[in-house]
Amino acid sequence: MSCLPASQLSSLTLLGFGECGWGATLLWGFANSILIAIGAYGLGFVTGVAGAFGKLYGGPVGKDLWALYTTLVRAVPELVLILILYYAVPGLLNELLISLGYARIDLPQFLTGVIVLAFVQGAYQTEVLRGAILAVPQGQIEAARAMGMSPFQVARRIIFPLMTSNAVPGLGNLWLNATKDTALLAVIGFSELTKATFQASATTKAFFTFYPAAMALYLLISLTSMYGFGRIEKWSRKGQRSLGG
Amino acid sequence: MRKSLLQPHRIVLMAIAVLLVGYCVLKLNWSWLAEPKYQVLIVQGIWRSIWLTVVTMAIGMVLAIPIGLAQAAGPWWLAIPARVFCTVIRGTPLLMQLWLVYYGVGSLFPSIPWIKDSALWPILRQAWPYAVLALSLSVAGYEGEVMRGAFRGVPHGQLEAAKAMGMPRLAIFRRVWLPQALQRVLPTIGGETVLQLKSTPLASTITIMEIYGVVGKIRSNTLIIYEPMLLLALIYICMTGVIVLLFRWFESRIPSRVA
Amino acid sequence: MKNLVLAAFAALAIGTAADAAPLKIGVAAEPYPPFTSPDANGNWVGWEVDFMNAICKQAALECVITPTAWDGIIPALTSGQIDVIMSSMSITSERKKTIDFSDKYYNTPAMIMVAKDSAATPDAAGLTGKIIGVQVSTVHEAYTEKYFAPVASEVKTYQTQDEANQDLAAGRLDAAMADSVALQVFLDSDVGKACCKSAGMAADDKEILGDGVGFGLRKGDPLLATLNDAIKAIRADGTYDAITKTYFAFDVYGE
Repeated sequence: MSCLPASQLSSLTLLGFGECGWGATLLWGFANSILIAIGAYGLGFVTGVAGAFGKLYGGPVGKDLWALYTTLVRAVPELVLILILYYAVPGLLNELLISLGYARIDLPQFLTGVIVLAFVQGAYQTEVLRGAILAVPQGQIEAARAMGMSPFQVARRIIFPLMTSNAVPGLGNLWLNATKDTALLAVIGFSELTKATFQASATTKAFFTFYPAAMALYLLISLTSMYGFGRIEKWSRKGQRSLGG
Repeated sequence: MRKSLLQPHRIVLMAIAVLLVGYCVLKLNWSWLAEPKYQVLIVQGIWRSIWLTVVTMAIGMVLAIPIGLAQAAGPWWLAIPARVFCTVIRGTPLLMQLWLVYYGVGSLFPSIPWIKDSALWPILRQAWPYAVLALSLSVAGYEGEVMRGAFRGVPHGQLEAAKAMGMPRLAIFRRVWLPQALQRVLPTIGGETVLQLKSTPLASTITIMEIYGVVGKIRSNTLIIYEPMLLLALIYICMTGVIVLLFRWFESRIPSRVA
Repeated sequence: MKNLVLAAFAALAIGTAADAAPLKIGVAAEPYPPFTSPDANGNWVGWEVDFMNAICKQAALECVITPTAWDGIIPALTSGQIDVIMSSMSITSERKKTIDFSDKYYNTPAMIMVAKDSAATPDAAGLTGKIIGVQVSTVHEAYTEKYFAPVASEVKTYQTQDEANQDLAAGRLDAAMADSVALQVFLDSDVGKACCKSAGMAADDKEILGDGVGFGLRKGDPLLATLNDAIKAIRADGTYDAITKTYFAFDVYGE
């Protein structure tokens, strides 16, 4: 190895992109984290919409099943859920395929991570969206129905626009949770930012170089997201009375 | 509650649930539960999880009060550090904070030669102080935000009335501001305690054998994949249920109508 | 709808599987020099990696390194997420109950590492009342449980060997037990030189410590014969010794 021992390298070299610099590895892990978070959040959002409508407007069986899902997921630590699903999702999928007569497929690690985190996100998203829909004034929905709009039209034209401004703060929090939950995937061996940081600092023993750098990257996502969601909230509240009253 | 449970679709669902549970109990491999050494470990693990949750919530809340107060009413040289602290804690993963505290501080020990002879060394050697520190700081960061909102939410009229009555500042805080703020956040604290319980598994990554770590050990010793994890999920569901019921009882005892 | 779902999965399968699907070689996702460790660019290097490349070339297989968490590596193999375990896994009868092993490809004794100023000896008498650290799911953990746990003050388990080394350097442990070659690399590093020394090799127990290190495969996998032939071929034509010489001054094959 042509690199000097880490104790003799400056922090900047260690973080840099040269041959001995771990900067590229860290950024690659960072990109992985963000991509998994986006995938999980998106899939979770779709699940959440289905869940919220299911809980509010579904049949009695549907309501109970969604309630069971959200209660179980919110009662069990994410780490435990991630661990169970990490083995269960590919396992069940392959059993299903084999029983249907198809060959087993190998889910790429990335996809497994997205599905697993989306399962967790879905439960929390259901609750946030359900609360947001409940906050839509009932009179508006009734008026729309009275005017003869189909349920789909009511949802698209009345519920979604009004629910958005209620949901945005909760959704913003859930996005931050998604980005931080990707760190838990490190315990299962996924190569994302926390794992890359641990490997870099374990190999070079330069803890106080890499950990603050990685934390700065996470803070970057947090602060940017908080600013972004603030803007989205302002946009969604256009035309409504301001909160200050 | 009786009536809602006895509705036909509920009965069918409960029957299916009983069948599923029965299948799991009978068909899956639970032989490892019979071993006394694992039973002891499981009980110890549950105790450690509970202990970690309670202690870190308590310490964290005690820290959160001044942090929230600093942001709500403090001068800028207190409010800004408090704000930065909360932002960093809430913006970075707990796992990173935990590893930084344990391994980062641990890597400094060799460069401080007198530390091994000091009286604190037996404590600094073990893993639990670091877990308590990291988890408590995490609680303080999140609850600091909550307390900030709570302090701001107490009607200003109350504070002005107390001031007009000549109460010294400490008395106002002790008798009017703090109790009312705590009353406002009690429902949230219940939820936050559940979240804290769900953060305790991370302590197993720094060698603390709470229930997640114990189940991990059982899994790696017996090479059984699912059954120990199902038991683990069940244990956490029970603990969460207990916490939720406990806080509901609290709230029923404390008047929740805010003036 | 069902066709749509099946088509989506088929597309995924085509996307994820190559023509002759490459062999996923499971490697513990932590640095374990000199056998496997990631370099600054994220590539895996080390004796075992070179060995794997030689084997795969010999057997005409396309191999891809798949980092997996060590404590989940056997379930990852049995559930199909990886095809071969190549992570310095010792061949033990306990593990043979769940997976198959190839012939051994190296065999090195287990060492006990202690603080520089410690007078401990590598047996139960010398480790009485000490705090011992081991990696989870290893033969060293099983050995420590059997011989030292009754007398030691505490046995701490870590996810990776590196964490155990760090804690020994920090003084949180009195002793750590692991493979002698891997620990020697640590002892040769700056941190290792400053903090620790070897207390000697642990007395052998073939039942627990196993009989060398081999590839881990699913039970009944026909790949077993291919890998065994490749190992024999590499040992016979000198490739094994050539690889070993670039890392070690001694023969790691053991007897």
